[in-house]
Order: sequence, then structure tokens, then C-alpha cells
Amino acid sequence: MASIGKIARRTFLFGMAAVAGGVAVGYYYYRRPYPNPLEGELAEGEVTFNPYLKIGSDNTITVIAPRAEMGQGISTTLAAFVAEELDVTLDRLKVEHGLPSYAYYNAAMLEEGAGFNFWDDSFTAETVRGLMGAAGKMLGLQATGGSTAARDGFDRMRQAGAAARIMLIEAAAARFDVPARDLTTDNGTIVHKASNRSVTYGEVALDASKLAPPSKVTLKEKTDWKLLGKPQKRVDMLAKVTGAPIFGIDVRQPDMLFGTVRMSPVFGAKPVRSDTSAASKMPGVVKIVPIESSYGSGFGVIADNTWAAFKAAEAIDVEWGKPDYPLSNDDIMARIADAARTGEASAMRDDGDVDVAFADAPQDRVIEAEYSVPYLSHAPMEPMNCTARLKDGVLDVWAPNQMPVLVRWFCSDIAGVPGDKTNVHTTSMGGAFGRRGELDYALYATILAKETDGRPVQVTWTREEDMRRGPFRPASVGKFRARIGNDGLPVAVDMRVAAQNMMASLMSRTFTSLPAGGSDPSITDGSRNQPYTIPNYRVSEIQVPDLPIPVTFWRSVGNSVNGYFHECFMDEIAQAGGIDPVEMRRKLMANHPAALAVVNKVAEMSGWGDSLPEGKAKGFAFTLSFGSWCGQVIQIADTPAGIKLEKMWIAVEVGTALDPGIIETQMTSGAVYGLSAAMGQAITFEDGRVVQSNFHDFDAMRIFQAPEFEVAILENFHRMGGAGEVGVPPAAPALANALFALKGQRFRSLPLSKDVTFA
Amino acid sequence: MRLTVDGKDIEFDAEPDMPLLWALRDLAGKTGPKFGCGVAACGACTVVIDGQAVRSCSLPVGDVTGAVTTIEGLATDGKLHPVQQAWLDEQVAQCGYCQAGQIMSAYALLEEISDPTDEDIDNAMGGNLCRCGTYPRIRTAIKKAASLKLARA
Repeated sequence: MASIGKIARRTFLFGMAAVAGGVAVGYYYYRRPYPNPLEGELAEGEVTFNPYLKIGSDNTITVIAPRAEMGQGISTTLAAFVAEELDVTLDRLKVEHGLPSYAYYNAAMLEEGAGFNFWDDSFTAETVRGLMGAAGKMLGLQATGGSTAARDGFDRMRQAGAAARIMLIEAAAARFDVPARDLTTDNGTIVHKASNRSVTYGEVALDASKLAPPSKVTLKEKTDWKLLGKPQKRVDMLAKVTGAPIFGIDVRQPDMLFGTVRMSPVFGAKPVRSDTSAASKMPGVVKIVPIESSYGSGFGVIADNTWAAFKAAEAIDVEWGKPDYPLSNDDIMARIADAARTGEASAMRDDGDVDVAFADAPQDRVIEAEYSVPYLSHAPMEPMNCTARLKDGVLDVWAPNQMPVLVRWFCSDIAGVPGDKTNVHTTSMGGAFGRRGELDYALYATILAKETDGRPVQVTWTREEDMRRGPFRPASVGKFRARIGNDGLPVAVDMRVAAQNMMASLMSRTFTSLPAGGSDPSITDGSRNQPYTIPNYRVSEIQVPDLPIPVTFWRSVGNSVNGYFHECFMDEIAQAGGIDPVEMRRKLMANHPAALAVVNKVAEMSGWGDSLPEGKAKGFAFTLSFGSWCGQVIQIADTPAGIKLEKMWIAVEVGTALDPGIIETQMTSGAVYGLSAAMGQAITFEDGRVVQSNFHDFDAMRIFQAPEFEVAILENFHRMGGAGEVGVPPAAPALANALFALKGQRFRSLPLSKDVTFA
Repeated sequence: MRLTVDGKDIEFDAEPDMPLLWALRDLAGKTGPKFGCGVAACGACTVVIDGQAVRSCSLPVGDVTGAVTTIEGLATDGKLHPVQQAWLDEQVAQCGYCQAGQIMSAYALLEEISDPTDEDIDNAMGGNLCRCGTYPRIRTAIKKAASLKLARA
């Protein structure tokens, strides 16, 4: 059970957000609904019922899906919440993202941050989750992350649709002068069967919007769902197959300029000598301006077109300051490894008495291993970009971003205009994977917009700039030991995981004046909170001090590291104990039926235990992350061209599958993302600068490397889990364990391409 | 400088060494082709010239000799091209950023080989990166597009 102190530390960042936002705290504040941000945005003939719904007199129904669409399909599922209760099909709806507003707070993100194990239903756990959700409302935390969006919107957005439907029916009842109970709805129309009369939602919307919202709404039973629980056609698909201008980089405004940035490749360094005169004179260049920000120092180039800006940025003659951290990758990784071996540890899980259990352990019953993973870039397909315009005291920012409220705070501050004169337009994102939770692209665009006399400027980074400046997924080293019992099962497991404090790194770029400290639960996320029962089980966090490499959230965050560490080491324990790795999981997860069902399902699907031809092997891994329980088995083959990934089977327990089609794609997407990193990705350093620069040396899985996939979705657990990140953590260990099964050799360091050739 | 793009003649003022991609996006208002890497390593910028899939980020606009087709010119008379229709039917896209390039590469493949094998697909599509991992559905959609195309022909 988490102490209140731990909870406070874990929600440190969000606590800081409260301070910066100057939001009052109290029960009254929580109960009072936020103003409806749509009130001031209505078109002619349009009315709004709540922050999620607008209806026009022409029966145009617009749903606000206030979480950012970065590929995970969330706009479709959120729209389906409202549509389900409003009784309309998705093709009848327009879906918009909405402006940043406190009304669109994400309660689930903080509930997850409460720090209890996902299966903990104790009174304390539930109470604290409730308090955290309330805190999310008070802070107005409009954020997309942590695989929380669907869980967060599930009740609120269905209630929004249900309440509006009741009001529309009441308005129609008054018009027809019949009791409301005699009316039914059918895809945007209200019908009075007895008199064969009907009226559209749009025709009674104005009347309905004047009625008081119902004090109580009853939501449909799951068995009555028409849309939820079934695969829906995505609302963004047509735009995406026709090349429609939906991304940040596609924003076009009248009289728009283009630009780019060239920031210091040495973290924290400034230019010690620079000459921009030649670059300034290049064709198409309007202006070159210095940039000083909490994210770094460098230059912004404003030009007539992006290409001219790129060429001029390259032509800036600049010498950068020296690094104040280890120069080589080996030295940086050694710093992390030293911490894992000897650094001060803080136990995040501590069952039984690990020290006693190892004290009298016979040497031949103890195994030890050290694992490591590198820094990683997010490398979304759409490079960082943002468009800004500062004109007549109003700042407009068109930002593909995961944190619109934060973008508004920081950009309005830079531009020197009030928050209510700052409009943040959230575009679709060409991938994000956590990278768009940072603010640098928006800060730089705002800085350049101050230099253009009111003209909008679109600032696009080169891929090289995107890949080399970070922030990165933190590198990590884990040092593990286990004592194997006479029955082959582990008696004691001791895991020490070392990495930089990601929260402190994030704070150094955002809330710079505030102190950063405390625990970073992401360091052990995916190791400390897995549904294994082992009598003596300790997982410790070790923070690596004084390493200023910028690090941040990367799809599945700490689980991307610990999934690999924990599940590869479990495979080693099974081998040492002479037990089949899947059979060992069945025994260690016997107290968690949801986990056991996942293990059994994926074993059955993949034919685990069936004999395989020479040169083929399977590997298994399991991670509970973001409230979903995911087991993966991968089959690989040794071919003349290298290791071929043949097939991956995935079983995932999500509690309630809101859209099985989207969940399936998120599982395969997560697996491909995790496998890509495991196979070949690393950000490394030389002379204190990033070595990699583009997809030739930081590649990802290609179509000819992709395995076949088979996904099973289970709905046994009583609490709903997320989808967007859940497929990532078990992918790397499943592959590494398959390689062990094939080659009899452990692969304890990523990427695997250091040791293995992939076909 | 003059170019034929998606069946229309367009005129713009560009340095001849400017890559076609930036001429299309920043000068000609064609934002369909996407910028991903600038070094022909990801395929997001793919357009078709003379039946060939071309990485427009690495082709100087001054070297363009044929008519250019982008994702925006693929649908005709308001009807989706079979490749686009298959992408829609199979619900391929996730973030969607690479898909303009994926679709143009698939379009060029099917112009050359009407009934491609898995190996043909691997060869034609290997230069198009997708960070969302939509590859299984891309493969299914290409096969579906092949049959849709035959049915329409």
C-alpha cells in the first residue's frame, strides 16, 4: 500500500501544475462545474448542451473529443461515447478537438498516479483514487497520455450524450403535446409512433437547450450498446487516405512565413562564438534570431519557405559550449551502471525479507544478471513543428500537442499576452509517443512569431534536429538476483533499477523555478507492480545523479524498460529452476485470475509447448501496464538472411473493450514499436553529442520485417484498462526470450542488433 | 518554373535545387505529400512521376521532367482510387502521416504489377516507414486494392 507521502511525491509534477495555474482548492470548487467553453464558439443556428456537444438547427451534430488524436483512434472512441447515449451513428457526427479548457480535465491520469497496484480494491486505494480524480478536475489537467483517455471519458461523455437526449425528447414532447415517455429516438430523429410524427434533433435543439439538464441520467446497460463494444469505422480515416491537411505541418494561414531552428547539440550549452551574417544573406531568408529558452539555446531562422530556412540554418557559423557531463556513450552508461551496482536505493516494493532470504542462500541456488537499455528517440513520422501568429495583442498557436493547457500558459507568457488572448489550436499529430507532451516546438514558434510583425510563421524542424535534441527515453541499467527454491520457483527476487529522474528533467525544462526532487516511480514502473507472488520480492529505485541528458515520457514510459528487465529475468529464473517459463507464470500468478487467463489464452493461441522444427523458437513475456494485462508470444526463425520474426500472438485483458478494432490495432502498433526499439534502436553519444541523425542510423521495423499478428481481447477484470501503450512493454522481452530459446544465449543489452542480424 | 501536378499546370518561383517536396508544399499549396526525413529514407513524401514512385524530398524541382501525381490527385470525379478505397475499407491508418506516401507507393506498384505477391509488396513498400506499425493492414489493403482495381477495369 502506498503511503500518503509517496502519493504526494508521485503526483509532484501535477502538484506543480496547480501552483503555476493559481487554481484554488476545495470541495466547493470540485463540485462546481467548469463553464462550458463552447458557449462563445457557436455558429449561427447552433446550440450547446454541455462541453461535449453542439447541435445545429440543420441537425448537424458536433461532438468535442478533447483528447489529442495521435493515431491511437481516440477521437473515434470518445465520439462513440456521446453517440451511444444520444442514439446516433458515428457517420452522422462531426468530431472536433476543442479549444484548451479546464472543462476537459483528465481525471483518470491522476487516479493512475495514486500509486496503488492496479488490482488493489481496498477502501484506501479507492478513496485515494477518488481524491486524485477530484484533483484532476481542480487542476483542469487537459492532457493526453498514460493510456487514460477512454477510461476518463467513459462516464462523463456518455452522461453528456444521455442528458442531451433527454432534453431533446422533452422539447419534442412539448412541441407535440404528448408525454415524453411515448417518444423514441432513431439516429438523430425523435419519433411519436402513435401519430406518425417525427422531428429532428436540430429542429428542437434550441428549445431543448433552454431546459434544465436532468438531475439524474441512467446510462445504457452494456448489453444494450449499439456502437460501443463493436469495431467502428474511424472518424479520421477518410481524411487520412485522401491527404487532407489535418496535421500541424499542414497548417496554412494567409501571408504565412516559414522557419526552422538550430539548437545547441550540447545539452545546456550556449553558442560561444557565432556569425549569422552569411546565412542571413541567403536567398529567401527574412531574419535569423537567437533563441534562449529553458529547453536550450540556439537560433531561429525565418524565411519565405522551409527549404530556404533549412539551408540557412545549416550555414550559420557557430561554435558551441563544452559539455559538463561525460563525453562518450560508454562513460554515460558506466555512470548509470555504477548507480545500479552501488547507488543509494529506495525500495518501491518490499515483500517478505529479501536480505534474510539471500543471507543463507546456497551459492548454486542464486542467479545474478545485469541488464541495460539505451536512450531512445520517439521519432514520430511528423517532425516537430508548430505555427504561431502574434497580431494585435492576440497569440494563436497551431500546435500538434498533448498538453494544450500547458502550451497556452507557456506561450502566452513568452508572447507577453494574457492567457485569454492566447488561442491554442490542437491539430492531429503524425505520431507523438510522448514527444508532444513537451513544449519546445511551441515555445520556439512563439519566439519567432514575435519577430514577424504579425505574420504567422510555421516552424518545422529537420529530422536531424528532431532526433538529436531529445528529450529521450531514459537509458537504464538493472541489477538483479534471485534465489531459486527446491521446487524450482523463486524464493527471493531482488531488483535494482537505475535511471535518471525523468520528472526532475521535465521540471528543469518547464517549471524551472520550482525545486525538483522525490521519487520517480517511472524508474521501476513495470517491475515493482507486476501480479507475481514471490515470498521475498524487492524492487528498488536508484536515481542517477548529475546527468543532464534531457529525458521524458516515451510510449509506455518506465514499462518500456522494466518490461524487458523483469520478463527476461523471469525467463532466466525459470531456466535456472528447470521450469517451463509459461508454467512458472501460471504458478506465480495463481492469485490473479485475470493474469492467469491471459497467460493461458496466449499459450493456447500460440501452441506453446508444441514441438517446433529445427531453427525455430518461441519466447513469452507478460506486462501489466496502464490497467491492462498483456501477454505476448513471438515465434522466430533462423534464416540465411538473419533472424526472421514469423508470428506474434497477443492476449490482452482490458476489462471492457470499448472498440475491439481499435484495441487490436493498438496492440499490434505497440508491439511493432517495442520490437523496433528492441531490434535496432539506440541514441548514443560521442563528444557529448548525439551520434544518430536520421532513419538511416535510427531505423524502425519495415514491412518486410513485420511478423503476422493474432490478437485476443479478454474482458474478465472489473476495472477498465488502457490500450495505446500496453502492447509495447512485453515485445522486447518476448523477442529476447525467443532468441535465448533459439541460441541458448542471453541477450541482456538492447538493441539486439549489437549481437544478432535480423532478416 | 512550370510543373504539371495532379493534372493541372502550375507556375511558381523556385530555386532549381529546391526539392520537389518543398516546392509542392510551400509554394504550390500541395500539402498531401509529407516531410519525414529529407533524405529519401522514410517515403512519407512519395509522389508518382511517369509511373514511378519517387521520393520528392530528394529530387530537385529543376530535374522534374514528367507530370507529378500526388495523393491529392488520386481520386477522380469524386470517387476514391481503388487503393484509397481499400485503405478505407481495411481501416489502415492510425496517425496517418505516412499513409499518403504508402498509398502512392502502392498505387505505383499496382500500376506495374496488377496482382502482386507478398515478395512484390515487400520490395515495393520497404522504403515506406510507418511508426504506428500498420504493416499487416497495408499488406491486406494492397491485395484488396488489386482485386478492386481488376473489378473496376
